[in-house]
Amino acid sequence: MASSGTAELTLPSDTQILITREFEAPRHLVYRAYTAPEFVERWWGGQRGNVTLAESDLRVGGRWRYVMTANEGFEVAFHGEFREVVTNERIVNTEVYEAMPDKEALVTVTFTEVDGRTTLSMLTEMDSKESRDGLVASGMEVGVQEGFDVLERLAIELAEAEG
Amino acid sequence: MARAATTTDPFNAVAEPRRRQILDLLATGERSVGEIVDALGLGQPQVSKHLRVLHEVGLVAARQDGRRRIYRLDGQGLKGIHDWVSNFEALWQERLDQLDAVVAELKRDSEGDD
Repeated sequence: MASSGTAELTLPSDTQILITREFEAPRHLVYRAYTAPEFVERWWGGQRGNVTLAESDLRVGGRWRYVMTANEGFEVAFHGEFREVVTNERIVNTEVYEAMPDKEALVTVTFTEVDGRTTLSMLTEMDSKESRDGLVASGMEVGVQEGFDVLERLAIELAEAEG
Repeated sequence: MARAATTTDPFNAVAEPRRRQILDLLATGERSVGEIVDALGLGQPQVSKHLRVLHEVGLVAARQDGRRRIYRLDGQGLKGIHDWVSNFEALWQERLDQLDAVVAELKRDSEGDD
């Protein structure tokens, strides 16, 4: 695998999740891979299933919808609307997990290039603890507890120490 | 993931900012109740209440030292929270690893065009 970085997750506040990752490529390529449906189909499932639908109308007010069939057989679908689109620089979109349709997150993705390397930052902001719980329930137990980044680091250390 | 009521659920227990402060303080070493009271500037009844909640959900452990009760973090309780966060982190690790593979391919293609 052409891995050039490790994703880092932090919890900047009670309702935010920040994920950053560096790529050894110029940002227009990272932007393209991140946004174009034919590429989304290849990465959005992670190792957890197959992406069966990736639709994206990448302009302000445009809608997107991604669906995957998890390895366990159930379907996981997210959709949202684009609020800001600055090509190769920044995307702001809403995100709704369809099993919890009344909970909405706001996701800001920025692409920053330095010396040919690109950092992708994805800030997910939830309007409430309830919305955060919506993420938690998203089929694959995709979830994060609100603000306790110090605690999280500590828990990792403790878990490692205790094996 | 089923969620229990506030005081029996470690996730909800750490949602309270004062309780997170206590956990952060205990992260630097064990403390008596009196030391926690001093550090947080809260009343002893409040601190004791928070400690009771944290103890009930298994995030802190306590020992008796003469007349003092000394609290420390409980790694087992914290591990549940850690596992929860790390699952989400692992999902995005996988996704961004795949994205990285796509990006590397696009880069190879674009260099081939030059």
